Amino acid sequence: MKQLGFPYAIISPVGEGIITKVQDTGGLIDLRTVKEQLLYEVHNPREYITPDVVADFTTVQLEEIKENQILVKGGSGKERPHSLKVSVGYHAGYLGEGEISYAGTGALERAQLSKEILYERLSPHFDHLRVDIIGISSIHRKQFNESEPYEVRVRAAGRHRQKMYAERIGHEVESLYLNGPAAGGGARKHVTDSIGIISTLIARNKVKSKVEFLET
Amino acid sequence: MKLYEIAHSRAGDKGNIVNLSLIPFKEKDYDYLYHNVTAAVVKEHLKDIVEGEVVRYELANIRAFNFVCYDSLLGGVTTSLALDAHGKCLSSALLELEVEK
Repeated sequence: MKQLGFPYAIISPVGEGIITKVQDTGGLIDLRTVKEQLLYEVHNPREYITPDVVADFTTVQLEEIKENQILVKGGSGKERPHSLKVSVGYHAGYLGEGEISYAGTGALERAQLSKEILYERLSPHFDHLRVDIIGISSIHRKQFNESEPYEVRVRAAGRHRQKMYAERIGHEVESLYLNGPAAGGGARKHVTDSIGIISTLIARNKVKSKVEFLET
Repeated sequence: MKLYEIAHSRAGDKGNIVNLSLIPFKEKDYDYLYHNVTAAVVKEHLKDIVEGEVVRYELANIRAFNFVCYDSLLGGVTTSLALDAHGKCLSSALLELEVEK
């Protein structure tokens, strides 16, 4: 996987395509990877809305014609939508983060104690606050099986209109060095602007597209 | 047996919605998944992650399923506080589902 060949498509005038990649590169183009990509970020596969067509992927046929070559054909669709989707950015405040690690015997218990301390001290000031233990439940928000980690990392994240409060997340986590469970280490903190995106529709005739060529 | 032994999945995100494809490694297992991995089963399995409904779409043409899970990204990728804001790791959550064999 160190040298993945990026996929490309060779498209014929009749609307069939061959998905492939440069020979002798890493990676794999097979029915599995092509099926995953066909459904990526799709909701209703009968009506995948794009600016040019409302596509229907339930008529697509896939065939492996050679190693790392998949033939795609049979896709269909309906008339393109009357409106275009527009994504609008808005300033959503500041994201503050802080992390600290614990290792060895009792690491998880110490991390859980840190989590309690951080919630108690920070939740009065934040509508949006999360404290997770990386290594336990930061990714699926729960565990689907039981396993005991050797080391864990506590991560606190909060969003606030005022940067000063977002910075407080990191300060509280750093404070755990001296005002928290034993042997916490490797604390880091970070604040970024939080830009939210919401989507809405715009009438097609309000959008004028143009292409500019820059020559050197 | 877990679902990851007989199928693969990829997570995609749009706003506060995650879509999880479910594709059997062997096409003959499509019928088994059709009857045993329904939208209700997936909703129950992911109930601590997905707050809204789960809708299943079937693509018999490529022997695959697409589960659309509403309200599952803590408000949406751009303002989520989760470490995995896009929910790209949620495909492995789906594949933890216990199945008979």
